[in-house]
Amino acid sequence: MTDATLTPPTGPTPAGDVVEAPPRPSLAARAWRSVARSAPIFAVLAVLLVWIAVENPNFTEPPGFLAFLKRAAPLAVLAAGQYFVIVTGEFDLSVGSLVTVTVVVAAQVLADNPDSTLPVIALVLLIGVAVGIVNGLITTRLQVPSFITTLGMLLILDGAVFYWTDGAPKGSLTEDFRTLGRGGVDDVPGLEQLPWSVVVFLAVGVGAVLLMRANLGKQFMAVGDNDRAAGLSGVPVARVRTIAFVLSGGLAAVAGILLGGFAGVSAQVGDGLEFQAITAVVLGGVVLGGGRGSVVAAIAGALTLEALFTLLNLLGVSGALEDTVEGVIIIAAVAFAAFRLRSDR
Amino acid sequence: MSDTVRDAPTGSPSSNGLEDPGARSGATRGRASAIVGRTRDAFAATPIWAALVGIVGIGWVVVTLDGGTFFASGNLTNILQRSVALGIVAVGQTVAILAGSLDLSVSYLISLASLVGAETMDGRESMLVPAILLTLAVGAAVGLANGLVVTKLRVNPFIATLGMALILRGYIENNYDRPTGSVPESWESFGYTRMGPIPVSIFLFAGVALIVGTTLRRTRFGYHVYAVGGDEQVSVLSGLRTHRVVIAAHVICSVCAALTGLFLASRLGSGTPRVGTDGGYDLESIAAVVLGGTALAGGRGRVAGTVGAVLVLAVLDNVFNQLELDPFLKQAVRGVVIIAAVAVYAQRRKGRQQVATGTAAA
Amino acid sequence: MASGPDVPHHPDGGPAPGVGRADAADDDAVGTAVPRLEMRGIGKAFLGTVVLADVDLTCAAGEVHAVVGENGAGKSTLMKVLAGVHPPDAGEIVIDGVPHTFHHPVQAQAAGVAIIYQEFNLLPERTVAENVWVGREPGRFGLVDRARMRADTQRLLDELGERSFGPRTPVRALSVAQQQVVEVVKARSLDARIVVMDEPTAALADDEVDQLLALVRRLRDQGLAVLYISHRLREVFAVADRITVLKDGRRVDTFSAADTTAGRLVKSMVGRELDAYFPDRAAPDELGAVRLAVRGGANAVLDGIDLDVRAGEIVGIAGLQGAGRTELARAVFGAAPFTSGTVEIDGRSRRLRSPRAGIGAGLGFLTEDRKAEGLVLGQSVRDNTLLARRSGAARGRRRAGTTDVEALTRSTELRAASLEQEVRFLSGGNQQKVVLAKWLALEPGVLLFDEPTRGIDVGAKAAIHDLMRDLARQGRAIVMISSELPELIGMSDRIVVLHEGRIAGELPAGATEQQVIALAAGHHLDDVDETGDAVPGGGAPGDDAAGGGATGDATGGEPRP
Repeated sequence: MTDATLTPPTGPTPAGDVVEAPPRPSLAARAWRSVARSAPIFAVLAVLLVWIAVENPNFTEPPGFLAFLKRAAPLAVLAAGQYFVIVTGEFDLSVGSLVTVTVVVAAQVLADNPDSTLPVIALVLLIGVAVGIVNGLITTRLQVPSFITTLGMLLILDGAVFYWTDGAPKGSLTEDFRTLGRGGVDDVPGLEQLPWSVVVFLAVGVGAVLLMRANLGKQFMAVGDNDRAAGLSGVPVARVRTIAFVLSGGLAAVAGILLGGFAGVSAQVGDGLEFQAITAVVLGGVVLGGGRGSVVAAIAGALTLEALFTLLNLLGVSGALEDTVEGVIIIAAVAFAAFRLRSDR
Repeated sequence: MSDTVRDAPTGSPSSNGLEDPGARSGATRGRASAIVGRTRDAFAATPIWAALVGIVGIGWVVVTLDGGTFFASGNLTNILQRSVALGIVAVGQTVAILAGSLDLSVSYLISLASLVGAETMDGRESMLVPAILLTLAVGAAVGLANGLVVTKLRVNPFIATLGMALILRGYIENNYDRPTGSVPESWESFGYTRMGPIPVSIFLFAGVALIVGTTLRRTRFGYHVYAVGGDEQVSVLSGLRTHRVVIAAHVICSVCAALTGLFLASRLGSGTPRVGTDGGYDLESIAAVVLGGTALAGGRGRVAGTVGAVLVLAVLDNVFNQLELDPFLKQAVRGVVIIAAVAVYAQRRKGRQQVATGTAAA
Repeated sequence: MASGPDVPHHPDGGPAPGVGRADAADDDAVGTAVPRLEMRGIGKAFLGTVVLADVDLTCAAGEVHAVVGENGAGKSTLMKVLAGVHPPDAGEIVIDGVPHTFHHPVQAQAAGVAIIYQEFNLLPERTVAENVWVGREPGRFGLVDRARMRADTQRLLDELGERSFGPRTPVRALSVAQQQVVEVVKARSLDARIVVMDEPTAALADDEVDQLLALVRRLRDQGLAVLYISHRLREVFAVADRITVLKDGRRVDTFSAADTTAGRLVKSMVGRELDAYFPDRAAPDELGAVRLAVRGGANAVLDGIDLDVRAGEIVGIAGLQGAGRTELARAVFGAAPFTSGTVEIDGRSRRLRSPRAGIGAGLGFLTEDRKAEGLVLGQSVRDNTLLARRSGAARGRRRAGTTDVEALTRSTELRAASLEQEVRFLSGGNQQKVVLAKWLALEPGVLLFDEPTRGIDVGAKAAIHDLMRDLARQGRAIVMISSELPELIGMSDRIVVLHEGRIAGELPAGATEQQVIALAAGHHLDDVDETGDAVPGGGAPGDDAAGGGATGDATGGEPRP
């Protein structure tokens, strides 16, 4: 069988003229192209935001919109971390309990050392990173499926942290600590206050995008798409996957700091967050097998979820039915994405 | 390496070790000993039972050293009682996973089933059977929906059943906020009656395990479940209706979850909106299935393994209680056990594969 | 109905008298009645590329009809059309006089066609019996009658003379040869009247091949029509009654096995002089220092490997399937390392225990299966080209500065719409060029090519050959594994022949195919004289076949869609 080029050649190719390298399109053009070509999540997000604005005109004012972002920031950060793991072809179910651990540990330590905000932040970040390393090592060296590894880690973390605090989180988070989640930069021109969590959110977002464009990001994609080819091309597959877990763990800790600041201490703060994070990523069009999808879309997925919650609240849908609507929409979104994927090929 | 020995039966020295035992032994063995042999095969094929024996042994040592009595009858009851709820739903989950799928909606379905069941029963004996039938029907409907979404809409089972979990949660929180309904006496006593140290409800668990297990290993449908979970493409090329198989697997899983809900209602006297989630049945059932030797990807595993795993988890629980271990520490240790067990399985498979394929030269 | 040159073949598909079945119980005697299988004027195109054109093929009950041809000739596609995997664009399939149109393999099965693929269709976790009867398990009321299933399976095994395993063995515990027998049993269980075997001996050792051929003869004697696709002419002559040659999607010839020789087959298959189309080999003074030196290399599969490759040299590695060629490349590269022996790169002794180590030492490895092991299909040309470079494995060797992807892809004459295009949309030849560009980005000193032109059309093949010679001239040491003898002989400055994990011998440039095949099959060179006829005592006629694939590699050029 003679192989043929499956894409039509663009016009006659004189002998000797090989690679057609059109001038690289401008940054704006490329950005637009990647948006237009990628997940419908952006359209969905836009629709939801507009709808919210219709229901609540305050939303169009900076404080209203920023409040929304403040609420969404923790999940967006979690989704970014989960994205890295999913794109390499794995799962991280431990992030929810890691958030709880962050909050509880911080509260406990701050109770006795109220002035050590920065060291405590460093501590919880370290814990997040350490958990990520362990997850990564167990999955890559012991060949345990990441579903099981992180599920076990979820149980371990939950159990360990409550054991340590004898069942109920004690202490509380100092004002200082909570600024990140609650406070912001005051007197910013145009906005009343720029919440720190929004700053963190933007920083994480930009950082994630830059990371995916760098070598490491390309390696994540390669490992998720075809780890054999990647390995044979010299990519350190085990190391790359472990780094993904480390990022997920670290960002979970960041999310915990934001959430703790925003919502205070509670034993349930992390409940179900891992599922929300995975859902956000999938909504963003990232395929659960790995190798495809953009981090911006994953973050958009998180924002979409938050927007959905907000909208349902505004529409007076009773708190409970919110979940049902959410479930239906998630299934519909993923079904639609699967349909598109099939018709693309 | 008992698995390897069992699966590649050794024949006479002159053969390469792959002779079929049935061919020669069938004629010489009696039926009874054949059944014994078959049962032994079933248990030996799942190393979890060896682990169970081991853990019972260690547990006994530890508890005795701590000053308690391990084999007290109260303990046995306790262990068996704990196994029933998780056991029934785990058996159902086994089928779903064997078919290559999985079900994360079971904990909410359990809660819903307990509520629907207890509400319909309303304390009346006459409503017992209708309530049970209705609840199981609800379970079947949920399973059907899950199966359709996974097969027809091609949604990843993780997401599909997660979505269903949310749908159910919404419905529950919207309609119920406290324990509801009540269970008639006969049903309530079912949850508590014992024959000596053995709770009657264990027979429900055993019955479900037996029925499902036999279906998997003896019926055409069961064979197809293994085929579809093992390799969908091969199954399609062999003419199997893979979608139907997956849908049916989901229905079985959800009906088991509904049954668990009914059982828990009998224990609690009524239905409660949190009973499913409080027990963590979704992730626990998956853990039990994997611990029992079933592959997360499907196509390999047995109900017998899941049953063993459930018992192991129950014994662990019991030992920890006896040692008065902090419940949270218990949970952490559970996590470690699960990871360690799967790691051991993974290493064994790797070793076995290297032996079987030998040289794979090109 | 016959298209193509006037060649000796019998009308209506009966085998030549005296050849073939012993007890033909069927009424398909020579020249009478309807042949079991007739394929008439079969045409098939994929996405505009014509793969088959006007192919006729008949096969009688109790006949073994071999189909031979080069990589890409269309053999596998023709069989898949018959098996119902692809409906033909033109032509018809007539079985026992009844025309059929198949839209699904199950329909072909129902009509009595069973196909045994190279990549088996088995469920590894299930037993032999369970695999044989999948979807058709015997029993009533939904219960499976296991005893009957086992007995039926055992009966089929007995009929085929298989004694090394039984119905209850799990398939994953079987060797490749045994798994193939399971596939044959499956075919028998379907009451197949036509059995197609696609490169059945590809992964078998010599003694297993003989067992398989005996099996094929048994099937024929039981009255089946057997279609046998193979590269390996020795086997074809050992078992076939008639042989059809396909070339570039057309039927070129149909011979009766008794009336033809391997030489004539090869000429039909290849249709051109072998040497005319390859770039010039290296002159002795163009060779430089030894860049790759292996001494005593051994591992689970290989033993006693001594190999030298100089700068400017292309060393060809030949051998049958299973001889250890790919294992040799993987061992040198570090992907499946040697457990003893030494490897020296540019005079320095190296422990190459991982691909990263190999890359760091200046090696590059273009694998056999570029889609599964060489490319990340979902990524762009640019990202694939930079894949190895970005891994950091060649840090020590890297010159400062960014890689000029445009220049690299230009140097490989890659044709792509743009560098951002996803690699999965490229043709096979262009994909291979991307893989090459990837390695060139690291400026390797030693390049290992495993089947460099597999699945690539003729024009692109030539381009890659030219590229390889250019790379050698630039001072690199090149190792080339190839199953295509014309390519191997045409390109190599020296040929090292492997046999069962050891080096069977070394041949100079311009060796004959017979010599290569002799060594590859474990014979001595003295057993063969130059015309390809066996020296008396050296083997049966047709044994030392001058075939274009007797050192056959089987996973042809046709991807399995």
